[in-house]
Amino acid sequence: MQKIEHWIREQTFHHSAFWDLRAMIEEKEKKGLSISLCIPTLNEEKTIGKEIVIFKSELMDRYPLLDEIAVIDSGSSDRTREVAASFGADVYLSSEILPEHGFKRGKGENLWKAIYQLKGDIICYVDADIANIHPRFCYALVAPLIYRDSIHYVKAFYDRPLAFSHGVRPSGGGRVTEILVRPLFSLFYPELTALVQPLSGEYAVRRHVLEQLPFPIGYGVETSHILDVYREYGLDAFGQTDLDQRVHRNQSTRDLGKMSFGILQSFLHRLKMHGTVDGLPALSNLYRQFQAHDNSYEQVVHEIIEEERPPMITLPEYRDKFGISGSGS
Amino acid sequence: MFLNGGLPFVELSLVQVMPDSKSDIQSILDRLPDMRTPLRECRELILANAVMVGEIPAPTFREEARIEYVRNRFAEAGLQSISADEMNNASGILPGKTGERNILVVAHADTVHDESMSHTMQVSPDAVTGAGIADNSIGLASVLSLPWILDRLGINLESNLVLQASSRTLGRGDLSGLGFFLDNTTVPIHSAICVEGVHLGRLSYSVLGMLRGEIVLKVAPVSTWDESSGRGAVAVLSELITKLLSIRLASVPRTSIILGSVSAGSSYNVPPTRARLKLEVRSEAAGQVSAVRREIEAIVAEIRAERNVDVEFQVVSRRRIGGIPFGHPLVTAGRKVMESLGIEPKIAPSVGMLSATADRGIPALTLGLTEGSGLQTDEESIRIEPLFTGLSQLIGVLMAIDQGGCDAED
Repeated sequence: MQKIEHWIREQTFHHSAFWDLRAMIEEKEKKGLSISLCIPTLNEEKTIGKEIVIFKSELMDRYPLLDEIAVIDSGSSDRTREVAASFGADVYLSSEILPEHGFKRGKGENLWKAIYQLKGDIICYVDADIANIHPRFCYALVAPLIYRDSIHYVKAFYDRPLAFSHGVRPSGGGRVTEILVRPLFSLFYPELTALVQPLSGEYAVRRHVLEQLPFPIGYGVETSHILDVYREYGLDAFGQTDLDQRVHRNQSTRDLGKMSFGILQSFLHRLKMHGTVDGLPALSNLYRQFQAHDNSYEQVVHEIIEEERPPMITLPEYRDKFGISGSGS
Repeated sequence: MFLNGGLPFVELSLVQVMPDSKSDIQSILDRLPDMRTPLRECRELILANAVMVGEIPAPTFREEARIEYVRNRFAEAGLQSISADEMNNASGILPGKTGERNILVVAHADTVHDESMSHTMQVSPDAVTGAGIADNSIGLASVLSLPWILDRLGINLESNLVLQASSRTLGRGDLSGLGFFLDNTTVPIHSAICVEGVHLGRLSYSVLGMLRGEIVLKVAPVSTWDESSGRGAVAVLSELITKLLSIRLASVPRTSIILGSVSAGSSYNVPPTRARLKLEVRSEAAGQVSAVRREIEAIVAEIRAERNVDVEFQVVSRRRIGGIPFGHPLVTAGRKVMESLGIEPKIAPSVGMLSATADRGIPALTLGLTEGSGLQTDEESIRIEPLFTGLSQLIGVLMAIDQGGCDAED
């Protein structure tokens, strides 16, 4: 696995390496790049205000790294859209983007529609629920794309435990990563185990790569991206940046179970699509959990369908808007 | 000075034109109400500073990380002579056109909240909430943002502005940071503005006589079932407090004792062996604080002798009566600036940073910037909209000092 070691050495970064925003902006301008920040939301009124204030002040007004800050909202019932707009973000309802293609509820839907709505050559996605938001959550992800033309997709990871007692410490992702995704990658795509947190919601991608990717609209979007980009470009297309710490609300184990089910659906679908395995049976969309009432147990059945949106490049509306000729298929 | 020239320059005749006559404060006052509009365009800049500085814990004596952030901000703003001194004050100079005067604009960087408390801020369209936002992250953020704000408004002062985040201000810090700076700076300070987050309308120019002290009382352990059951340190402290409350205090000029904090014990059923009382004595009259101090010391001695307990009274900080008189031109300018912005001045003697300047004969005001609530809790909150009036006030007073209208006649 010399390849992994070489990749970790060359394409794993720490955010502190990118402190010089002036130099980064000079390089961005020299290369004629434009950068969009996309924050997908659903009922995030408590945290969205701070995110917009910090990104707008630091990465637009003070250092003009970002060309636009957009919130793509799934239809929040709280004041998310109002708060974001009040601090100067461009706010879009996901259902109003490409309405002729309908609306599906899911984070992946927002990420997919952002490709059509936003104009940047690079799109940086940042979740809206980060309590300790800082400009590095954006600039340290776009920086490798600005400086290294061979990198197309940069993931965030967070590796600063609050306390550890020895010189060597385990480094890894969250529970779903360590219990599900890393074992799967180890079995089928060993090189991808080098990604410390493949499921992190913060990543920056070049448009010409994004527009080629099919988008699961639910839990499987990050995993599918990684598999598709890896298949097309190999490990060298990836970079990852350590952003130290991310403080966010924890999900319950039951919720992580649903998430794992969705990811597994997407993963198995990719295995089949890529011809890695054959003979898989028809897979159920029903995820079953149990709950107890006194001494009796009852099933709780969740229908989780990992629908996919097609690569954006295949949409005539997209090709028209961005002046792309051909069918894109 | 700024990257890409800083924020876009605003064509504002109202603030570009400095007064023709040095004594004409009216030309400044006339322009202040309209200053709020361009200041609102600096909203994200100021709030981002408030959030980022406020989320770095800075309990008194442990301000290093916050001071590092402040120094970086000063560097980004292109300030000169940026430094962190032995007391961890971060300072920098925004040079004026002539540098004829040096005006200190200072906000304290330390807070009462230790690192274990959540410092996460929440921003809504109307308010910012989080530990320390009012006291004093928004005040400090405003000082940090001042170079950008003045640039944005197209204001170039004649005077140098010495911007400072001062450390070791609160509690046992006893203003030692600001005091150290004023005693050792090589830059002669002409006048000073102490910036506090809340409350808008605060106008402090005089300093109360004050002492803060702690009474620590220790008793021998007692069994729950023995004859002295139920007594212990709390009971003895209670007796001591009763005696303190019987001290006769003058109402004019006003003198008061504030019993600020009591701590003792950890359970329901174990009489504590140790209790602590934190108190403050304030007075508008010279000599009164010392007189009350003597009475407290006598009560402590009496309790020690009568109850055979170990009890000590320790003074942790003192303030001398001082400041500038109501008729000082700086106070007059402050009042006029407030009136021009529709702010009702609330005259409040200070026991804070102002006493450090007063002790050294530097004319100074303390101003509050906005409205807030929940002070010194994790629900501390400030309102955003009044901040723009508060900042207009701060800039108005700076401009008044700058044009010479606040100098006292010799």
